[in-house]
Amino acid sequence: MNLQRRIAWTVLLAAVAASLAAGWLTHHSYAEQSRDFISAPPSSQFWLGTDELGRDRFARLLYGTRVSLLLAPAAAVLSTLIAALIGGAAGYLGGRWERAVTSGIDLFLSLPWLFLLLAVRALLPLDTSPLTSVAITFALLGCLGWAAPARIIRAGTRTLINSDYLVQAAASGIPRWRMFWRHLLPNLRPILLAQFWISVPLFILSEANLGLLGLGVSEPLPSWGALLRELENYSAVFQNPWMLAPVVLLVVVVSCLQLLLRTEERVPC
Amino acid sequence: MVSLLLRQLRRILITTLVGGLLGATLVRLAPGFGVDERELDPRLSAASQQAIHAERARDNNIALFYLRYLAGVAHGDFGFSRSLNRPVSELLKERLPLTLGSLAYGVAGGLSFGLTLALLTVWWRAPGADLLPAVLSGLFLAAPAAVIALVFLWLGAPAAGGARWAIALVVFPQVYRYAKNQLMATAQSPHVVAAEAKGLSGWRVLWAHILTPAAPQLAALAGISVSMAFGASIPIEAICDSPGIGQLAWRAALDRDLPLLVTITVLVALMTLGVNSLADIALAAWKPAGAGAE
Repeated sequence: MNLQRRIAWTVLLAAVAASLAAGWLTHHSYAEQSRDFISAPPSSQFWLGTDELGRDRFARLLYGTRVSLLLAPAAAVLSTLIAALIGGAAGYLGGRWERAVTSGIDLFLSLPWLFLLLAVRALLPLDTSPLTSVAITFALLGCLGWAAPARIIRAGTRTLINSDYLVQAAASGIPRWRMFWRHLLPNLRPILLAQFWISVPLFILSEANLGLLGLGVSEPLPSWGALLRELENYSAVFQNPWMLAPVVLLVVVVSCLQLLLRTEERVPC
Repeated sequence: MVSLLLRQLRRILITTLVGGLLGATLVRLAPGFGVDERELDPRLSAASQQAIHAERARDNNIALFYLRYLAGVAHGDFGFSRSLNRPVSELLKERLPLTLGSLAYGVAGGLSFGLTLALLTVWWRAPGADLLPAVLSGLFLAAPAAVIALVFLWLGAPAAGGARWAIALVVFPQVYRYAKNQLMATAQSPHVVAAEAKGLSGWRVLWAHILTPAAPQLAALAGISVSMAFGASIPIEAICDSPGIGQLAWRAALDRDLPLLVTITVLVALMTLGVNSLADIALAAWKPAGAGAE
C-alpha cells in the first residue's frame, strides 16, 4: 500500500470513527437549541460555535457526517445490486433481453443525473419527517444510480460468459440459475466492487447538491447537504470562517475516495 | 454514414416517445393530479362544477392523456405551469437562451482549460509535472457544483458570469483527467517513441503524433461535457440566481409543478442526445479519413 492510499484510508477511517463516536466527542445533541448562545463563536463549550438557532455546529457536523458517510455507501450497495441483477441478467440471457435492457440503460443515461433525480424527488412528498426524508433521499440515489454500472456489468458478463470454465459448466448441464448465482455473480465481484466505490463519492456529492437546494434531508436532522445550506448567507461566512468546516470535510473525504479509486486503477492486476 | 444518421434519428425519436410516456405517467400519477381549485368556488353552480369535473376526468386514462399531450407538443403546446401560471412554452422561450449561452461558454471554457492543462502535462512529462493540475482537478472534482456556485456568489460575480465560470469549473476536471490519460497513453505508444528517436521536434510530435490520433476520443468528450454541464446547471443557476432552465427546474421541483419539470427533463434529454449524436456522427466521419491516411 503506497503512502497516498495510507493517508486516504487514515482520513476516511478517522472521519467514520469520529462520526460514530459523536455521542462521546460532544455532549450536545444535533437538535438541542441553546437560546443563550445564538450564533456564538467557537469556544471550549462549542468547538465550532453555534448556528442561528443556537445548535452546536460541531455536534451537527459529526452527526451529519454519520448520515452522509453511512447512507451513501448503503445507497451505493443498493444501486450496485440493482445494476448487478439488471446488467448481469441482460449479459447472461443475451439476445432480445440484452437489446431491450441496453435500450433502457441508454434511455436512462440520456437524462442528466440531477434532472432525473429532481423529477422523481418532486413526485415524492417534500414535507416529511426527517427520518423519512433521509430514507427517500438515499433510496432515490440508490434506485436511480444503477444505469451506468449496469452497462459495465453487462459488458463484463458478456466477457465472462465466453470463458472456458463457463462454457464447460454449461456443457456439463448445470442449471442456468445455478450457473448465474454460483459461477457468474462471484466472478463479477471485482467489477461490482469497483462500481460500488465509484458510486459512493457520486452519491455524497449528489446528496450535497440536493441538500443545498432544499430537496434533501429535512431539518433538524443534519447531513452534509443540509449543513451546506448555512453557507448561502455569505456575509456570515466571511465573519465566521469556521462555518466552512462542513465544506472542508466534504471535499477532503471525497478527495480521499477519488484518490483511492485512482490508485486502485493503477494497481497492476 | 446515412445508416448511422438514421440510427441516431431513430434513437432520438424512441427516447423522446418513451421518455415522454414515462413523464406523462409521472404527471398523471402524481398526488394532486385532477384536482381543480375552481371546484371549490362557491359561486359555481352544480352544473358548472360537474362540467369542470368531467373536463378533468378526460385525463384519467394515461394513454389518452399521453396522446393529447403529444398532439399538444406537435403544435408547440407544452402544457401549462400551475406554479407560475403561464404556458410552459413561454417560460422555455424566455429562459432557454440564457441557459444555452451559459452552457456554451461554460463547456467551451472547461474544455479549453482542461485540454490546455492536459497538453502541458503531456508536453513536460517530467516527474511531478502534473502535481498542480492534479490537485486543482481533484479539488474541483470533490466539490459539489452548488458549492462552486456559492464561491462565485461570495465573490460578488454577476449571475450569468458566475454561472458560466462555475459550469466551466465543473467540466474542466473531468476533461483534464480523461484527456490526460488519453494523451499519455498515445504518448507512450511505439510510433511516438520512434518519432522522438528520429529527432522530430517536440511540437511536431505533440501535434502530429499525439494530438491528432487522440482527436476522435477528445471530440467525444464534448458530448459528455454538455450532459455534465446540463446536470450542473440546476444547482449553479439556483444558487447564482441566474434565471435559466436549471433554476426553472429547481423551482418546479420545489412547487411540485410536474408538467413543467417533465417537459424540461424531456427537452434536456433531447438536447443531450442531439449533441451526443452529433459527436458520434463526427467521430464516424473522422474514422474513415484516419484509416485512409494510415
